Amino acid sequence: MMELYLFYMFAAVAIGSSLLVVLFRNPVNCALSLVATLFCVAALFVLLEAYFLAAVQIIVYAGAIMVLFLFVIMLLNLGHPEVLEPSTGKYRKLSVVLLVAILALQITSMATRWMGGPAAEPDAGMLEDNIHYIGTLLYTDFLFPFEIVSLILLVALVGVMVLVKREPRRATAPNP
Amino acid sequence: MDYALVSLIKILAVIGGLLGAVAYLVLAERKISAYIQNRLGPNRVGPWGLLQPLADGLKFMFKEDVIPTHVNRVLYLAAPVAILIPALMGFAVVPFGDTITIMGRTIRLQVADLNIGILYILATASLGVYGVVLAGWASNSKYALLGGIRASAQMISYELSLGLSLIGVLMVSGTLELNEIVVSQATHSLFGFLPRWNVFAQPLAFLIFTVSAFAEANRLPFDLPESEQELVAGYHSEYSSMKFAMFFMAEYAHMITASAVIATLFFGGWHVPWLLDPLDTSLVASLLKVAAFSVKTGFFLFLFLWVRWTLPRFRYDQVMRLGWKVLLPLAIANVFITGVLMVLGR
Repeated sequence: MMELYLFYMFAAVAIGSSLLVVLFRNPVNCALSLVATLFCVAALFVLLEAYFLAAVQIIVYAGAIMVLFLFVIMLLNLGHPEVLEPSTGKYRKLSVVLLVAILALQITSMATRWMGGPAAEPDAGMLEDNIHYIGTLLYTDFLFPFEIVSLILLVALVGVMVLVKREPRRATAPNP
Repeated sequence: MDYALVSLIKILAVIGGLLGAVAYLVLAERKISAYIQNRLGPNRVGPWGLLQPLADGLKFMFKEDVIPTHVNRVLYLAAPVAILIPALMGFAVVPFGDTITIMGRTIRLQVADLNIGILYILATASLGVYGVVLAGWASNSKYALLGGIRASAQMISYELSLGLSLIGVLMVSGTLELNEIVVSQATHSLFGFLPRWNVFAQPLAFLIFTVSAFAEANRLPFDLPESEQELVAGYHSEYSSMKFAMFFMAEYAHMITASAVIATLFFGGWHVPWLLDPLDTSLVASLLKVAAFSVKTGFFLFLFLWVRWTLPRFRYDQVMRLGWKVLLPLAIANVFITGVLMVLGR
């Protein structure tokens, strides 16, 4: 019973704060709402007894990535009014229609389990010990995707370095 | 019901103990800094100045609470809360003793025995950055902002080596649960006489972890975010009264949690070497184990203070170079070497 109430509480806060992410004009407030959303999702993971996932969610997203976001927003906004203008494009109305259509599709598919299929059966191994289970799965069944992901991350890292670290402009060759 | 009651008592005891320790750590810092600088330190309130924390607390509460008009009010008020709560949360998974038997009931001396223990501590530590960043930004003043930006960059950089240095320890003990890490240190021995504390098994990890913990707690020689000669007081320049005190308390609570974690991970936590059988759970043994934990934590707290009043502050580029070019590669090398040794020694 307690768990149900906690679920409704965190779910409501998660939905509310994710709405605020798009409704706030001030980018710092948007970023903080996103942090609140991520935190609530981590709490939902805890309610599902996926403790490892919850901890990783907080460490990686709330603790590292969002701090970096805030850092960049704070640096870029120095001396400017910190307000985002609403976009004024040719396709504004079209994009609204498209997004609403996608949302409706998602809701119906969730409601009818059209895409979800039958509910996943809880695995006894995972309920006992999250970490061993995830570790074993990552290094057996999902080894290939795991390595691909790490390769993609490595490529992204090298790409960032190449883009950011421009060669200093060569001085004209000194006369002999 | 029983479980809830015991948990509640444990929570209250830990929070109360932590806040009391924070108050007396402030006094200890003033006393020790005084002795290091050949002064006497506070000695007017009570015998040897022991009631000084009370006077400090009263002073903080009765000071005028100024909220500058140019701040972002909501975030300005939220920042002290956002820094103090994670600082107090971290201690929940630290085992400050083994089990204790009172009135026929065996109680584990740890608020929450999570099976992700050490990850929980990393998570709360990483949430602590928000208070600093928010305070810096919401104060709407250049000194506070510079302090906040410095703090976020520094804490992100040192979180990496903090986490990576732990991996070696986790590989040796094979668990994330803090109490089991302590048990694995207490029940093995090296060369027959040395307790197998992780500091002997993972000396490099200990060094990296300690340095990173100093940087995470924003203590000298890494107190760039609040370096008073350049930034007034850094991210909490615009705060007064109890709100300033909350930043202060958070810093000291961070120090206590960091010291407790270092003692737990690397120095056997509640383990009393040679004298006590680690499986002995009589009342005397339980209390001795709590005392051992307190002594070890106290030593690292003293180390925090000792370093602060001995070493000068780094330059900012030196902080970044140490984090990214020295500690991070060393931590990765430590993981690699530990893995190779474990495979060879199998």
